[in-house]
Amino acid sequence: MTIKKFMFVNRKAPYGTVYALESLEVVLIAAAFEQDVSLAFLDDGVYQLKKGHSTKGIEMKAFEKTYGALEDYDVTKLFVDEESLAARGLTTDDLCVPVEVMSRVQLGKMIEDQDVVLSF
Amino acid sequence: MKYSILVNEGPYTHQASDSAYQFAKAVLAKGHEIFRIFFYHDGVNNATRLTTPPQDDRNIVNRWSKLAEDHKLDMVVCVAAAQRRGIVDEGEAKRNGKDATNLAPGFRISGLGQLVEAGIQSDRLVTFGD
Amino acid sequence: MLNIVNKSPLDRGSLDSCLQAADGGAILLIEDGVYAATKGSAGEAKLKAAGSKFKLYALGADAEARGIADRMMDGITLVDYEGFVDLVAEHNTCQSWL
Repeated sequence: MTIKKFMFVNRKAPYGTVYALESLEVVLIAAAFEQDVSLAFLDDGVYQLKKGHSTKGIEMKAFEKTYGALEDYDVTKLFVDEESLAARGLTTDDLCVPVEVMSRVQLGKMIEDQDVVLSF
Repeated sequence: MKYSILVNEGPYTHQASDSAYQFAKAVLAKGHEIFRIFFYHDGVNNATRLTTPPQDDRNIVNRWSKLAEDHKLDMVVCVAAAQRRGIVDEGEAKRNGKDATNLAPGFRISGLGQLVEAGIQSDRLVTFGD
Repeated sequence: MLNIVNKSPLDRGSLDSCLQAADGGAILLIEDGVYAATKGSAGEAKLKAAGSKFKLYALGADAEARGIADRMMDGITLVDYEGFVDLVAEHNTCQSWL
Protein backbone atom coordinates (compact mmCIF):
# COMPACT_ATOMS: atom_id res chain seq x y z
CA MET A 1 0.00 0.00 0.00
CA THR A 2 1.09 3.55 -0.68
CA ILE A 3 2.37 5.27 2.43
CA LYS A 4 1.61 8.95 2.66
CA LYS A 5 2.51 11.53 5.26
CA PHE A 6 -0.68 12.37 7.15
CA MET A 7 -0.63 15.40 9.43
CA PHE A 8 -3.46 16.00 11.86
CA VAL A 9 -3.60 19.63 12.90
CA ASN A 10 -5.39 20.05 16.22
CA ARG A 11 -6.40 23.60 17.05
CA LYS A 12 -9.48 23.04 19.18
CA ALA A 13 -9.98 22.38 22.88
CA PRO A 14 -11.53 19.09 24.01
CA TYR A 15 -15.11 18.56 25.33
CA GLY A 16 -16.52 21.94 24.24
CA THR A 17 -16.82 20.45 20.76
CA VAL A 18 -16.45 16.90 19.49
CA TYR A 19 -13.63 17.62 17.02
CA ALA A 20 -10.73 16.55 19.25
CA LEU A 21 -12.30 13.18 20.04
CA GLU A 22 -13.43 12.37 16.51
CA SER A 23 -10.10 13.55 15.08
CA LEU A 24 -8.33 11.08 17.33
CA GLU A 25 -10.48 8.31 15.85
CA VAL A 26 -9.17 9.16 12.37
CA VAL A 27 -5.61 9.18 13.70
CA LEU A 28 -6.02 5.61 14.95
CA ILE A 29 -7.45 4.45 11.61
CA ALA A 30 -4.66 6.17 9.66
CA ALA A 31 -2.17 4.39 11.91
CA ALA A 32 -3.98 1.08 11.30
CA PHE A 33 -3.52 1.76 7.56
CA GLU A 34 0.21 2.03 8.34
CA GLN A 35 0.47 5.61 7.16
CA ASP A 36 3.21 8.00 8.26
CA VAL A 37 1.17 9.86 10.89
CA SER A 38 2.04 13.06 12.75
CA LEU A 39 0.00 15.26 15.04
CA ALA A 40 0.41 18.99 15.49
CA PHE A 41 -1.11 20.81 18.43
CA LEU A 42 -1.45 24.55 18.34
CA ASP A 43 -3.76 27.25 19.65
CA ASP A 44 -6.45 25.71 21.93
CA GLY A 45 -5.47 22.29 20.57
CA VAL A 46 -2.74 22.14 23.21
CA TYR A 47 -5.48 21.88 25.85
CA GLN A 48 -6.22 18.40 24.49
CA LEU A 49 -2.93 17.24 26.03
CA LYS A 50 -3.36 18.90 29.43
CA LYS A 51 -3.12 16.07 31.94
CA GLY A 52 -5.64 15.29 34.64
CA HIS A 53 -8.90 15.30 32.71
CA SER A 54 -11.73 14.19 34.97
CA THR A 55 -15.02 14.17 33.09
CA LYS A 56 -17.31 12.50 35.60
CA GLY A 57 -19.15 15.73 36.31
CA ILE A 58 -20.00 16.40 32.67
CA GLU A 59 -20.82 12.75 31.91
CA MET A 60 -18.62 12.67 28.82
CA LYS A 61 -16.02 10.10 27.89
CA ALA A 62 -12.52 11.17 28.89
CA PHE A 63 -10.08 10.37 26.11
CA GLU A 64 -6.84 11.56 27.64
CA LYS A 65 -5.69 7.93 27.84
CA THR A 66 -5.96 7.56 24.07
CA TYR A 67 -3.08 10.01 23.60
CA GLY A 68 -0.99 7.77 25.83
CA ALA A 69 -1.98 4.76 23.74
CA LEU A 70 -0.89 6.34 20.46
CA GLU A 71 2.58 4.93 20.99
CA ASP A 72 1.14 1.40 20.76
CA TYR A 73 -0.02 2.31 17.26
CA ASP A 74 3.46 3.58 16.38
CA VAL A 75 2.24 7.15 16.40
CA THR A 76 5.10 8.95 18.11
CA LYS A 77 5.36 12.23 16.21
CA LEU A 78 3.51 14.70 18.39
CA PHE A 79 4.50 18.31 17.81
CA VAL A 80 3.42 21.16 20.04
CA ASP A 81 3.62 24.87 19.34
CA GLU A 82 5.76 26.63 21.94
CA GLU A 83 3.87 29.92 21.73
CA SER A 84 0.48 28.27 22.16
CA LEU A 85 1.71 26.59 25.37
CA ALA A 86 3.19 29.82 26.71
CA ALA A 87 0.04 31.82 25.91
CA ARG A 88 -1.95 29.37 28.03
CA GLY A 89 0.44 29.28 30.97
CA LEU A 90 1.41 25.68 30.25
CA THR A 91 4.70 23.83 30.03
CA THR A 92 5.47 20.29 28.88
CA ASP A 93 5.21 19.22 32.54
CA ASP A 94 1.47 19.86 32.25
CA LEU A 95 1.04 17.49 29.31
CA CYS A 96 -0.08 13.87 29.48
CA VAL A 97 2.36 12.55 26.86
CA PRO A 98 5.92 13.26 25.68
CA VAL A 99 5.94 15.73 22.81
CA GLU A 100 8.38 17.69 20.70
CA VAL A 101 8.01 21.42 21.30
CA MET A 102 8.82 23.75 18.45
CA SER A 103 8.18 27.28 17.22
CA ARG A 104 5.21 28.16 15.01
CA VAL A 105 7.52 28.66 12.07
CA GLN A 106 9.10 25.22 12.53
CA LEU A 107 5.64 23.71 12.87
CA GLY A 108 4.57 25.42 9.66
CA LYS A 109 7.54 23.94 7.82
CA MET A 110 6.64 20.53 9.21
CA ILE A 111 3.07 20.89 7.92
CA GLU A 112 4.37 22.06 4.54
CA ASP A 113 6.24 18.78 4.20
CA GLN A 114 3.08 16.60 4.36
CA ASP A 115 1.05 14.80 1.71
CA VAL A 116 -2.31 15.06 3.45
CA VAL A 117 -3.22 17.68 6.04
CA LEU A 118 -6.38 17.11 8.06
CA SER A 119 -7.62 19.71 10.48
CA PHE A 120 -10.76 19.34 12.50
CA MET B 1 -6.63 15.17 -11.21
CA LYS B 2 -8.32 13.10 -8.52
CA TYR B 3 -10.04 15.04 -5.72
CA SER B 4 -11.68 13.95 -2.50
CA ILE B 5 -13.78 16.16 -0.27
CA LEU B 6 -14.35 16.00 3.48
CA VAL B 7 -17.52 17.63 4.84
CA ASN B 8 -17.46 18.17 8.61
CA GLU B 9 -20.64 20.16 9.24
CA GLY B 10 -24.33 19.53 8.74
CA PRO B 11 -26.58 21.44 6.38
CA TYR B 12 -28.11 24.87 7.09
CA THR B 13 -26.18 25.85 10.25
CA HIS B 14 -22.75 26.25 8.70
CA GLN B 15 -21.91 27.22 5.13
CA ALA B 16 -19.41 24.33 4.95
CA SER B 17 -21.81 21.95 3.23
CA ASP B 18 -22.85 24.59 0.65
CA SER B 19 -19.22 25.47 -0.06
CA ALA B 20 -18.34 21.79 -0.44
CA TYR B 21 -21.22 21.30 -2.89
CA GLN B 22 -20.24 24.31 -5.03
CA PHE B 23 -16.63 23.13 -4.94
CA ALA B 24 -17.62 19.59 -5.98
CA LYS B 25 -19.66 20.94 -8.92
CA ALA B 26 -16.68 23.05 -10.03
CA VAL B 27 -14.31 20.07 -9.77
CA LEU B 28 -16.58 18.12 -12.13
CA ALA B 29 -17.08 21.13 -14.44
CA LYS B 30 -13.31 21.38 -14.81
CA GLY B 31 -13.20 17.75 -15.96
CA HIS B 32 -11.51 16.39 -12.84
CA GLU B 33 -12.48 13.21 -11.03
CA ILE B 34 -14.02 13.02 -7.56
CA PHE B 35 -12.77 9.87 -5.86
CA ARG B 36 -14.98 10.24 -2.82
CA ILE B 37 -16.95 12.70 -0.70
CA PHE B 38 -16.75 11.79 2.97
CA PHE B 39 -19.14 13.11 5.61
CA TYR B 40 -17.89 13.26 9.19
CA HIS B 41 -18.85 14.88 12.52
CA ASP B 42 -22.21 16.69 12.06
CA GLY B 43 -21.55 16.40 8.34
CA VAL B 44 -23.42 13.09 8.47
CA ASN B 45 -26.63 15.14 8.80
CA ASN B 46 -26.29 15.95 5.10
CA ALA B 47 -27.51 12.41 4.51
CA THR B 48 -30.97 12.40 6.07
CA ARG B 49 -33.74 12.11 3.49
CA LEU B 50 -36.23 13.48 6.04
CA THR B 51 -34.99 17.04 5.49
CA THR B 52 -37.84 19.34 4.47
CA PRO B 53 -36.69 22.93 3.94
CA PRO B 54 -39.17 25.66 2.92
CA GLN B 55 -39.94 25.66 -0.81
CA ASP B 56 -37.99 28.85 -1.50
CA ASP B 57 -34.84 27.45 0.10
CA ARG B 58 -32.30 25.05 -1.40
CA ASN B 59 -32.71 21.38 -0.54
CA ILE B 60 -29.16 20.54 0.44
CA VAL B 61 -29.74 16.82 0.86
CA ASN B 62 -31.55 16.34 -2.48
CA ARG B 63 -28.86 18.42 -4.15
CA TRP B 64 -26.18 16.02 -2.92
CA SER B 65 -28.25 12.99 -3.97
CA LYS B 66 -28.75 14.40 -7.48
CA LEU B 67 -25.07 15.25 -7.88
CA ALA B 68 -24.18 11.70 -6.87
CA GLU B 69 -26.67 10.24 -9.32
CA ASP B 70 -25.65 12.47 -12.23
CA HIS B 71 -21.94 11.84 -11.77
CA LYS B 72 -21.85 8.40 -10.15
CA LEU B 73 -20.18 9.83 -7.05
CA ASP B 74 -19.13 7.80 -4.04
CA MET B 75 -20.60 9.63 -1.03
CA VAL B 76 -19.71 8.00 2.27
CA VAL B 77 -21.12 8.75 5.70
CA CYS B 78 -18.95 7.78 8.69
CA VAL B 79 -20.66 4.93 10.54
CA ALA B 80 -19.60 5.93 14.06
CA ALA B 81 -20.58 9.57 13.53
CA ALA B 82 -23.85 8.45 11.89
CA GLN B 83 -24.78 6.11 14.75
CA ARG B 84 -24.24 8.91 17.26
CA ARG B 85 -26.47 11.26 15.29
CA GLY B 86 -29.19 8.89 14.14
CA ILE B 87 -28.43 8.47 10.45
CA VAL B 88 -29.62 4.96 9.67
CA ASP B 89 -29.72 2.65 6.65
CA GLU B 90 -31.37 -0.78 6.53
CA GLY B 91 -28.30 -2.65 7.69
CA GLU B 92 -27.78 -0.31 10.63
CA ALA B 93 -31.49 -0.43 11.54
CA LYS B 94 -31.36 -4.23 11.65
CA ARG B 95 -28.11 -4.33 13.63
CA ASN B 96 -29.19 -1.77 16.19
CA GLY B 97 -32.90 -2.62 16.42
CA LYS B 98 -34.21 0.67 15.01
CA ASP B 99 -37.71 0.93 13.55
CA ALA B 100 -36.87 3.36 10.75
CA THR B 101 -34.24 4.34 8.23
CA ASN B 102 -33.43 7.80 6.89
CA LEU B 103 -30.34 7.52 4.66
CA ALA B 104 -30.89 9.58 1.51
CA PRO B 105 -30.23 8.10 -1.96
CA GLY B 106 -26.66 8.28 -3.19
CA PHE B 107 -25.12 7.98 0.27
CA ARG B 108 -23.68 4.88 1.88
CA ILE B 109 -22.59 4.27 5.47
CA SER B 110 -19.09 2.95 6.04
CA GLY B 111 -16.04 3.27 8.25
CA LEU B 112 -13.37 5.90 8.73
CA GLY B 113 -11.01 3.74 6.70
CA GLN B 114 -12.82 5.17 3.68
CA LEU B 115 -11.60 8.65 4.62
CA VAL B 116 -8.02 7.51 5.09
CA GLU B 117 -8.22 5.60 1.80
CA ALA B 118 -9.49 8.77 0.11
CA GLY B 119 -6.41 10.58 1.45
CA ILE B 120 -4.15 7.86 0.09
CA GLN B 121 -5.81 7.42 -3.32
CA SER B 122 -6.56 11.06 -4.18
CA ASP B 123 -4.20 13.73 -5.42
CA ARG B 124 -5.96 16.29 -3.23
CA LEU B 125 -8.21 16.14 -0.17
CA VAL B 126 -10.09 19.34 0.63
CA THR B 127 -11.81 19.84 4.00
CA PHE B 128 -14.90 21.96 4.58
CA GLY B 129 -15.87 22.55 8.18
CA ASP B 130 -16.34 25.06 10.95
CA MET C 1 0.58 24.95 0.35
CA LEU C 2 -2.85 26.44 -0.20
CA ASN C 3 -4.14 27.81 3.10
CA ILE C 4 -7.92 28.07 3.21
CA VAL C 5 -9.33 30.42 5.85
CA ASN C 6 -13.07 30.56 6.45
CA LYS C 7 -13.35 32.63 9.63
CA SER C 8 -13.62 36.36 10.21
CA PRO C 9 -10.34 37.54 11.79
CA LEU C 10 -12.33 39.51 14.35
CA ASP C 11 -14.12 36.36 15.54
CA ARG C 12 -11.41 33.71 15.59
CA GLY C 13 -7.65 33.40 15.46
CA SER C 14 -7.52 31.20 12.34
CA LEU C 15 -6.07 33.90 10.11
CA ASP C 16 -3.50 34.92 12.73
CA SER C 17 -2.37 31.33 13.19
CA CYS C 18 -2.20 30.81 9.45
CA LEU C 19 -0.17 33.98 8.92
CA GLN C 20 2.23 33.11 11.75
CA ALA C 21 2.70 29.42 11.11
CA ALA C 22 2.22 28.79 7.41
CA ASP C 23 5.39 28.58 5.39
CA GLY C 24 4.27 30.86 2.55
CA GLY C 25 2.30 29.77 -0.50
CA ALA C 26 -1.20 31.06 -1.00
CA ILE C 27 -4.12 32.06 1.21
CA LEU C 28 -7.65 31.65 -0.08
CA LEU C 29 -10.34 33.41 1.95
CA ILE C 30 -13.76 31.78 1.77
CA GLU C 31 -17.06 32.09 3.68
CA ASP C 32 -16.64 34.54 6.62
CA GLY C 33 -12.91 34.56 5.89
CA VAL C 34 -13.52 37.10 3.11
CA TYR C 35 -14.15 39.83 5.70
CA ALA C 36 -10.40 39.80 6.38
CA ALA C 37 -9.75 41.41 3.01
CA THR C 38 -12.09 44.37 3.54
CA LYS C 39 -10.37 47.72 2.92
CA GLY C 40 -9.67 49.63 6.11
CA SER C 41 -10.26 46.62 8.37
CA ALA C 42 -7.96 45.06 10.96
CA GLY C 43 -7.78 41.99 8.72
CA GLU C 44 -6.45 44.01 5.82
CA ALA C 45 -3.69 45.38 8.06
CA LYS C 46 -2.68 41.83 9.03
CA LEU C 47 -2.68 40.63 5.44
CA LYS C 48 -0.64 43.65 4.37
CA ALA C 49 1.85 43.09 7.19
CA ALA C 50 2.47 39.59 5.84
CA GLY C 51 3.74 41.36 2.72
CA SER C 52 4.62 39.19 -0.21
CA LYS C 53 4.96 36.01 1.83
CA PHE C 54 1.56 34.81 0.56
CA LYS C 55 -0.37 35.16 -2.66
CA LEU C 56 -3.83 36.32 -1.65
CA TYR C 57 -7.14 35.12 -3.07
CA ALA C 58 -10.76 35.44 -2.02
CA LEU C 59 -13.83 33.64 -3.23
CA GLY C 60 -15.83 36.24 -5.17
CA ALA C 61 -19.21 34.63 -4.52
CA ASP C 62 -18.66 34.86 -0.76
CA ALA C 63 -17.58 38.52 -0.96
CA GLU C 64 -20.59 39.35 -3.15
CA ALA C 65 -22.99 37.52 -0.84
CA ARG C 66 -21.77 39.68 2.04
CA GLY C 67 -21.92 42.96 0.12
CA ILE C 68 -18.20 43.60 0.30
CA ALA C 69 -17.00 42.64 -3.19
CA ASP C 70 -16.42 46.33 -4.03
CA ARG C 71 -14.37 46.83 -0.86
CA MET C 72 -11.70 44.22 -1.40
CA MET C 73 -8.17 45.37 -0.60
CA ASP C 74 -5.57 45.90 -3.32
CA GLY C 75 -3.37 42.94 -4.08
CA ILE C 76 -6.02 40.29 -3.65
CA THR C 77 -7.37 38.25 -6.56
CA LEU C 78 -11.03 37.27 -6.60
CA VAL C 79 -11.72 33.76 -7.89
CA ASP C 80 -14.86 31.74 -8.60
CA TYR C 81 -15.35 28.10 -7.51
CA GLU C 82 -13.52 26.85 -10.61
CA GLY C 83 -10.66 29.17 -9.68
CA PHE C 84 -10.76 27.56 -6.22
CA VAL C 85 -10.40 24.13 -7.88
CA ASP C 86 -7.43 25.42 -9.90
CA LEU C 87 -5.74 26.78 -6.78
CA VAL C 88 -6.08 23.38 -5.09
CA ALA C 89 -4.57 21.72 -8.16
CA GLU C 90 -1.68 24.19 -8.36
CA HIS C 91 -0.52 23.53 -4.79
CA ASN C 92 0.75 20.17 -3.59
CA THR C 93 -1.33 20.25 -0.43
CA CYS C 94 -4.05 22.34 1.11
CA GLN C 95 -4.96 23.04 4.68
CA SER C 96 -8.25 24.36 5.96
CA TRP C 97 -7.61 26.52 9.03
CA LEU C 98 -10.90 25.64 10.70
